[in-house]
Amino acid sequence: MTARDPSLPDPFDRLNGRIVAEHRPWPRIEVQTDAWAKAADRLSRGALTLLGLWGESHVVHMAVADTNDPSLILVLSLTCPEGRYPSVGRVHPPAIRLERAVADLFALVPVGPPDMRPWLDHGKWGVHAPLAAQQNDAQPAEEYGFLPVDGEDIHQLPVGPVHAGIIEPGHFRISADGETVVRLEERLGYTHKGVEALLQGADLQRAARLASRCSGDSTVAYGLAFAHAVEAALGWSPPTRAVRLRALMAELERLANHLGDVGAICNDGGFAIMLAHCSVLRESVLRQAAACFGHRLMMDRVVPGGVTTDLDAAGSARIVGLTGDIRRRFQRLIDLYDKTASLQDRTVGTGVLKPALAAQFGAGGYIGRASGRLCDARRWPGYAPYDELEFEIPVLQEGDVNARLWIRVREVEQSIRLIEQILVTLPDGPIRTENAIDPANPPAEGMAIVEGFRGDILAWVRIDAAGRIERCHLRDPSWFQWPLLEAAIEGNIVADFPICNKSFNCSYSGHDL
Amino acid sequence: MRRTLFESFTRRPFTEKLAAPADPEIARMAAELDVKARRRLGRGLSLRLVDAGSCNACELELNALSNPYYDLERFGLRFVASPRHADVLLVTGPVTKNMREALLRTYDAMPAPKWVVAVGDCAACGGLYAGSYACERGAAAVLPVDLRIAGCPPSPTQLLEGLLALVAS
Repeated sequence: MTARDPSLPDPFDRLNGRIVAEHRPWPRIEVQTDAWAKAADRLSRGALTLLGLWGESHVVHMAVADTNDPSLILVLSLTCPEGRYPSVGRVHPPAIRLERAVADLFALVPVGPPDMRPWLDHGKWGVHAPLAAQQNDAQPAEEYGFLPVDGEDIHQLPVGPVHAGIIEPGHFRISADGETVVRLEERLGYTHKGVEALLQGADLQRAARLASRCSGDSTVAYGLAFAHAVEAALGWSPPTRAVRLRALMAELERLANHLGDVGAICNDGGFAIMLAHCSVLRESVLRQAAACFGHRLMMDRVVPGGVTTDLDAAGSARIVGLTGDIRRRFQRLIDLYDKTASLQDRTVGTGVLKPALAAQFGAGGYIGRASGRLCDARRWPGYAPYDELEFEIPVLQEGDVNARLWIRVREVEQSIRLIEQILVTLPDGPIRTENAIDPANPPAEGMAIVEGFRGDILAWVRIDAAGRIERCHLRDPSWFQWPLLEAAIEGNIVADFPICNKSFNCSYSGHDL
Repeated sequence: MRRTLFESFTRRPFTEKLAAPADPEIARMAAELDVKARRRLGRGLSLRLVDAGSCNACELELNALSNPYYDLERFGLRFVASPRHADVLLVTGPVTKNMREALLRTYDAMPAPKWVVAVGDCAACGGLYAGSYACERGAAAVLPVDLRIAGCPPSPTQLLEGLLALVAS
């Protein structure tokens, strides 16, 4: 996967267009509808993988990667003066919800998609297409049309947006035949806050704060993705020490989330002792994060140009103590999981996601890797300092709840390895560089892909000559994971929905923006 | 399993004593609450959370309240699944317009007397999202808020201090 097999056809062949000079680090080309349709066709045949699809007034952008070498990335931009463009979702289902979101926000309408229902817009904003060039007050129909379900003895369970536990809001329409789920239909958008509109015109400081709050559990990863994109646009290099500290925080965040998830998945299988012990481990990570960086979730610590908080010798010692402690205690908990047949009975063979679907959707994170997809943005496309650190990327083929749990377990071990390497090789020096924005510069564009605990986060920015955000798009890994939950739950019993959902642990806020 | 359980007999509990509240603002707001109604409930309160568009950081810290370090239930506070069982509605997030109706319906389903606590800066005043086409300006824009717990997100200790103000007489 690391290097292209030259015998394979080039998936970028004859995708021609005008190259946009100010876009970094990967090329962006302005294309005509034929190249756009060609790219959609290659997505549908699996030669390309969809990374994102987002709008702007009169322009729709699509980021794609070579499936055989995901380090090769291209952004295609199609100007659509009539407000219409050829649908990608028509041939490639992963694009459907992205196109519905673009239609809701920008009034750019795909031609020929299988699903035209609004997605983020629930008809409550008082404005239609708030980011479109021309706003209008037209409202979509209040009543959302769920997919029809026919059949003898089929009953429906509407769940949410307010759920029983302390979780985020979303609606699940479960159609069941007795205990067996026939279809799950998700309806999201409840946490839509208008982040992309708030980002427009924001200065870098405010924009970084907004980006860091797309999904609170991935605040470091979002901060990092935004910082990488801004730094790529402005040719801004953070100091080496900051690069290492960022990775340290990112791995602490991954550690905390995976520990919490392992406990929570077992708890949804009715095994509360794992939750209690894992939540103690998670808490110990957060407390050390607070002691070392001044915030339990390390929010706003990663900023364009570096980091805001340095790590002193005492902090290093604390983290060394933490990793040793987790290494020792977590292993015993995993042995407990591995030896408890009644718990494995709930997780093994439950909520199977087929590898072909994971590949089609380009699902990242533990969801993709538990279904045979060798992917990790830390290696493909890759970014500093991971090129200098040793870590393994666990991959399993089973695609069930058990596999998603084991990927997390293995990643906890790898994150500990990474943290220990980072601490040993942490160089001295400044933690932030200032960037003088040259007012003579044309608008600068940057893009970044960063591996959060949940998967790959894409950030895209255009910065104007005054150093403000002209347009910023942040794509959560959940966009390509939520639809797969609908597939994974099919044929399972209704009572297993919570454990399947927890094993996916998709973000509502990151998806809804 | 046996080893893990036996160890619990020999080691000290994780659960920590809570220090006296540090934030005078919370004490002031608590004093304004209806003391008589509070007596009727004794020292037990049932909490119901509605995420009205938070980034999920507040939920992470609310979940942490149930871990062995903070052990919320020892104070007589517990999270309940149904609003019909709840005395206190916790609201996180700036209240998105898409969540407004669900939030109001949850509040209406709760029996009186009831209180509303805005958890986190977003729920307290709209936070970073104030002025967005998709958001109200925090919980107070749609519900009568009795207590605000500031923070982005508030730490479990800050959350505990705030919630205990509801039961302390």
